[in-house]
Amino acid sequence: MKRISATLVLLALLAAGCSTKTTGGTILKQSSGAFPVTISAANGSVTIASKPAHIVSLSPTATEMLFAIGAGSQVTAVDDQSNYPAQAPKTKLSGFQPNVEAIATYHPDLVVASDDVAHLVSSLTKISIPVLLEPAAKTIDDSYAQITQLGQATGHTSEASTLVTSMKTRIQTIVASAPKFTAPPTYYHELDNTFFSATSHTFIGSVYALLGLKNIADPADKKASGYPQLSAEYIIKADPQIIFLADTKCCGQSLAAVKKRPGWNQLSAVKAGRVIPLDDDVVSRWGPRIVDFLQLVENALKDLKQAA
Amino acid sequence: MATISAAERLQAIPARRARKRAGWLAIGVACLGGAAALGLFVGPVHLAPVEVFKKLISVLPFVRDTSHLSAQQEAILLQLRLPRVVLAGLVGATLSFSGAAYQGAFRNPLADPYLLGAAAGAGLGATIAIVYTHAGTSSNLMPVAAFAGALVAVSLAYALGRAGRGQRTATSLVLAGIAVMSFFTALQTYMQQRKSDTLREVYGWILGRLTTAGWHDVLLILPYVTVGAAVILAHRRLLDVLTLGDEEADALGVNTRRVRLIVVIAASLSTAAAVAVSGLIGFVGIIVPHIIRLIAGTSYRVILPLCITFGAAFLILADLLGRTMLAPAELPIGVVTAFFGAPFFAIVLRNSRKML
Repeated sequence: MKRISATLVLLALLAAGCSTKTTGGTILKQSSGAFPVTISAANGSVTIASKPAHIVSLSPTATEMLFAIGAGSQVTAVDDQSNYPAQAPKTKLSGFQPNVEAIATYHPDLVVASDDVAHLVSSLTKISIPVLLEPAAKTIDDSYAQITQLGQATGHTSEASTLVTSMKTRIQTIVASAPKFTAPPTYYHELDNTFFSATSHTFIGSVYALLGLKNIADPADKKASGYPQLSAEYIIKADPQIIFLADTKCCGQSLAAVKKRPGWNQLSAVKAGRVIPLDDDVVSRWGPRIVDFLQLVENALKDLKQAA
Repeated sequence: MATISAAERLQAIPARRARKRAGWLAIGVACLGGAAALGLFVGPVHLAPVEVFKKLISVLPFVRDTSHLSAQQEAILLQLRLPRVVLAGLVGATLSFSGAAYQGAFRNPLADPYLLGAAAGAGLGATIAIVYTHAGTSSNLMPVAAFAGALVAVSLAYALGRAGRGQRTATSLVLAGIAVMSFFTALQTYMQQRKSDTLREVYGWILGRLTTAGWHDVLLILPYVTVGAAVILAHRRLLDVLTLGDEEADALGVNTRRVRLIVVIAASLSTAAAVAVSGLIGFVGIIVPHIIRLIAGTSYRVILPLCITFGAAFLILADLLGRTMLAPAELPIGVVTAFFGAPFFAIVLRNSRKML
């Protein structure tokens, strides 16, 4: 059963990927789109009768995507973690502990969520509220597919395809202009101050891989969780050339804080000041801002190349 | 002739006991030394044992440093591995002797260092620090907040334990501890849910963390742990008297309430300090004292010193497993101790009637 649904998801993503290409080539469709639409989302096929005007987003990434494709004015409520963009109508709704009754008070005609926690999908379906599940992306192509899907669901197909095209173009430009190295530069992506990290098999790891960086966390991932906790000894031994801190907001980390850790002043990245603070939110989501992040990584690479 | 030998034999009993005790203590110290050496020589990064040894003895005065460790390797050894082993030892010893002290004070073989709500209080304190302070300051504040939380919880349990009819019995204290624990855990969970973005940090703390151990952690807990251990060791004979029951002990002229209060305060203070830097490491406080009871006898004069050596050795080894089993990834130490602790706990439960 699980495998079947996984296959369906894959097919849906493939289909979404294909349609992106076609609409990207011929910008003919009107922004309003044609309703009713049926969308093959992660939770199966979802029919949306008319252009939704009261969307509830329980996923910070989906919120960013909806606003980026111009569907922001249709969004009535977003969850307590959706802090971007600033004009998003933040509420006390939770995506971790969703309360269906609380969601229903906003009279949504579409709910977007990233996780089907506590039978969220079936509960909402019971009270005839359509739900789109847009789970954590594994690759950037997954992100494109989700943007396209949200475009179809909200009547913003052409804006969605414009966004996808512009993301693709920007990424191509960054990748093309990135400095080349004979040996791939090593990096350490820190998720919190107890040294949890993300490997190349994760979404964020796949973004670094676009620029040919080598992840020091990869050998640590025997459990294949993608998010191993590294030992301090190993990090110091591995001596990554660049350190990316994805724990500036959660745990207040910075170059100064890293310098104070026992033994860390030995690291060449710390000595050279190549400890790059990131916005925790941007790198833990799979939204359009991931391109800004890629730009930051490229800047760090240019800096590294210059120093060499 | 027979009478003489009987008298000699009677005289020989305490001497033999003392010899046996000294023997066990020697074994305990040897175990601790072995565990510490293993902890220092083995790690996710290979360091040549000979060089490690040379480096370590060079810390002593008048010994020249002839080791060939690079600056990086030296940092790994002296700033990461050594403080981690020392901290694991201190925390293991603390949890073990506090566990034994609680078991003695409450005459309950299942009592552990977290019995009176120390863990829940520390958890609440740490969560408050994480949730309500600016991210940068919370990591400095966390040990202090955890320590304060643990003390508040234990004091509350102690105050509540007397509430009913003015009598503070061991059972009413334990029940009060359970009430405080549930209440504090509920508060902590509530706060966590309110600020779910801090979930990861709180969770990481609960699982136990020696990952980030440094010398400042060691210095932070050393005074509390030393004083706590000294006070409890000084009461080891009185804890033996308590095993007879409150009435018998009172009849022998021991102020049971006072002894219990002092021992519980000392154990709670040490536990609070340990929990503040290491998070919640379960089962050490139960399994170590019980292993010692099984192998070396039930007198607290034997149990308490052995708890310090074997407890330290046990946690150093558990931490060694935690950092090498999945190397270069870490396995939370709470998982390691519970993995070995839970099955043992079941065995203790099965035999607890006999052991009471």
